[in-house]
Amino acid sequence: MKKIFLITAGAVLLTVGSCKRDDSFLNIPPNSLLTTEKAFSDPALVLSILGDFYNREVDFSSLDNGWASFADFSEAFPSENGAAYLVERTGWGYGEWGLWDYGYIRELNLFLQRAEEATKLTETDKKRFIAEARFLRASHYFEMVKRMGGVPIITEPLTYDYSGDIEKYQKPRAKESEVYDFIISEAEAIKVDLPKNSNEKSRATYAAAVAMECRAALYAASIAKYGATTPTVTLGGDEVGIPASMANAYYTKALTAAQEIINGTAGIYKLYEVLPNAGDNFAGLFLDKTSVNQESIYIEDFKANGGKTHGFTTNNQPFSNSDEGLDAGRLNPSLNLAESFEKLDNTYAPFATTDNLGNPIYYDEQKTIFEGRDGRLAGTLLLPGDYFKSGKLDIWAGYKLADGSTFTSTEAGALRSLPGTPATDLVQVVGKDGPINNLEFRTQSGFYVRKYLDPQVGSGRRGRGSDVAFIRYRYAEVLLNAAEAAFELSDLTTAAGYINQVRNRAGLIVDLLPAEITFDRIVHERRVELAFEGHTLFDMKRWRLAHIVWDGQAETKTDLLTNIGSATHRNTRPWGLWPYKIFNPGNVNNGKWIFEVTLPSKVTGANSFKLGNYYSEIPGDVTSKNPKIVKQPNQ
Amino acid sequence: MKIKFHYIITVLISLVVVSCAKDNYDAPTIKLSGQLTYQGAPIGVETNQVPFSIYEPAFGKKAPIGGIFAPDGSFSSLLFKGKYKFTISANQGPFMWKELGSGKRDSLDIDLTGNQELMIEVMPYYMIRTPQFTASAGNLSATFKVEKIITDANAKNIERVNLYINKTSFVSGNNDENIAKIDLAGSAIVDPNSISLSVAIPTTAPIQNYVYARIGVKISGVEDMIFSPVQKVSF
Repeated sequence: MKKIFLITAGAVLLTVGSCKRDDSFLNIPPNSLLTTEKAFSDPALVLSILGDFYNREVDFSSLDNGWASFADFSEAFPSENGAAYLVERTGWGYGEWGLWDYGYIRELNLFLQRAEEATKLTETDKKRFIAEARFLRASHYFEMVKRMGGVPIITEPLTYDYSGDIEKYQKPRAKESEVYDFIISEAEAIKVDLPKNSNEKSRATYAAAVAMECRAALYAASIAKYGATTPTVTLGGDEVGIPASMANAYYTKALTAAQEIINGTAGIYKLYEVLPNAGDNFAGLFLDKTSVNQESIYIEDFKANGGKTHGFTTNNQPFSNSDEGLDAGRLNPSLNLAESFEKLDNTYAPFATTDNLGNPIYYDEQKTIFEGRDGRLAGTLLLPGDYFKSGKLDIWAGYKLADGSTFTSTEAGALRSLPGTPATDLVQVVGKDGPINNLEFRTQSGFYVRKYLDPQVGSGRRGRGSDVAFIRYRYAEVLLNAAEAAFELSDLTTAAGYINQVRNRAGLIVDLLPAEITFDRIVHERRVELAFEGHTLFDMKRWRLAHIVWDGQAETKTDLLTNIGSATHRNTRPWGLWPYKIFNPGNVNNGKWIFEVTLPSKVTGANSFKLGNYYSEIPGDVTSKNPKIVKQPNQ
Repeated sequence: MKIKFHYIITVLISLVVVSCAKDNYDAPTIKLSGQLTYQGAPIGVETNQVPFSIYEPAFGKKAPIGGIFAPDGSFSSLLFKGKYKFTISANQGPFMWKELGSGKRDSLDIDLTGNQELMIEVMPYYMIRTPQFTASAGNLSATFKVEKIITDANAKNIERVNLYINKTSFVSGNNDENIAKIDLAGSAIVDPNSISLSVAIPTTAPIQNYVYARIGVKISGVEDMIFSPVQKVSF
């Protein structure tokens, strides 16, 4: 009996004890999921949602986008055999550079809807968050319109109502100009809700919105103006192509927006002028993340030992002082780019490798050939004889003997005995950094990249990575945008004023006269100032120059060395400049340097940009889901 | 329990046999082939540059089956039985394609029940007539006529004419499809009924005693060139 009582008592207790809290037990709030209401109750939580959106912003080339995103268009040679296709192919597929990401847009639209409805946020916070999300959405539309032309503009989260009628969700493509108008009007609308603070760089600011507006207006303007030269790159409904009559209005908008930043309305921004040497100063601009750098407007920031780093330095550090052994030297700027940096008297000239009679010029020091040039040459490229992290680069392709033949090795830094010397007398016959054809991870063009290359100790290690920021908008680009817009509006004096500021900072102290500002100058200035910043393709596209400079014909040495400053200069194959040391004992030139213009042997293709490449192909699954989407022209 | 391996093997084999039976579709076997022509004369194009699209309206998806014309203007595609529409996108090819207004392009209806040949008759801007190639003294010369086909409001001028030669039978202006080329600007053509071009034949590795040659005409405002048939020239 006692047992039965105990069992019964136990059962009763259990039942009572367990049932009592049934209700609250099943209602424990999950700590791995946040409800919308909760997420939008705390500014810190909202910011973390926004942080995810910021993280997913699309760039053409970015430091965490893979080094190869910088290597195309003959501006650089890819010294990694796995990426050799970049110089072996003869063109781009129509789908290349395509972007059709409405998932991101939908999430931003949902965010905006929820933020609007949020009740527990202060009005100030709410305004700023909404402005930031609209900035990101406009920026994403900008990224899409650059690649695809007019795309459907969706500003509401579309949610299926299970009615069986999907037609109302199938939106047609907007006109290309309408997308640009949307970006411009969004920027205008949100800028007042964003802070005017030049120290805020990785979140949207007043200046970031205006800089985006300025670039968008300039793109629209040049498509309107130069689109007339390629009449077949248009669609009947203006989904692709902007009428030429709209060009001036867009140029005016671009100029007004740029001037808002230039005259300080958007916050204090100015060119980075800190270090006395123009080249070091230019390189420093990309490394300096302190408040001293008032040039960068909007950046993608990284943090070493903080979870967000990139491998740009690991991938591209000079091989001879790599932190990571074989992981090095991939991105090799081409001679095409190197020679386009002007001489200090504002003229263009190839590097002086030979005299008038065709005899080689002998240099005591490797660096001498590169002297007297635009400071951005040394700021963008690491040249033979330069230092990186206190290690001197060892770039030379071998010895030239008295009879003009080459004595080298296929192994970097190899030791051999020179002809006429004892077999035991081994000397290094080729640089530790190459160049040697087909030897990856060392330079094969004769140059390494300096822009973004992190001189921090350990930045080249895979484990640590680098935290150099990627600058999306900076003051110098705004100046160049303004110069271009002013030039197109025939205000040459204003254009010269802006372009000269950028050039002076780079060490080109002889000002260009207003009469010297030409379309070629504008094209050239953007190329050298903004090299490896993701502008090349879109600039060439909007000026409708892409099918001319990348015309599929092999760029010969003559092509390379003549008409350097011309906007239509063929640029289809990345050339290199290889230094050689003279071995000719007893001769006055023994031990001196000569340079040879060399095409790396991996380069077998020639860039061929077809009219169908101007706007990336819309994937078949998109057109089959939405029959209202019209196809791109020339595809 | 004793495991009997032959049971397991029997079960496995029958599983494999049964599972394979149903999940594979037969590959398409019906061949649609054809040729770009103008009044029966073939139209040559550049390798991999002139695409065509075949739509199957009855099928749920609206995306086309794509394909590309061979250098001699021929094409072929393996398809399933069904009703298809054949078309060429705007501004593709050195010829005009019938427009239906408001950005729509004409299409050819194909009712595919068995292997079918389809001659695609188009209006080229120009035709290259009677090309003659001769090799002598290390040079290859070509003589030909260029006939203007479209003479109405849509007529276009000749930007240039080219002679290309290559080691293989793929010959065009593309960088890796010629070893030598020569061009003559359209404005420099005196008599379109008698054009001659000559180019030095470079030494090839390995040494060949023949090259392939072809004439191309670039029409201003048209991206794709029109080509003569490829000819092998021995010397």
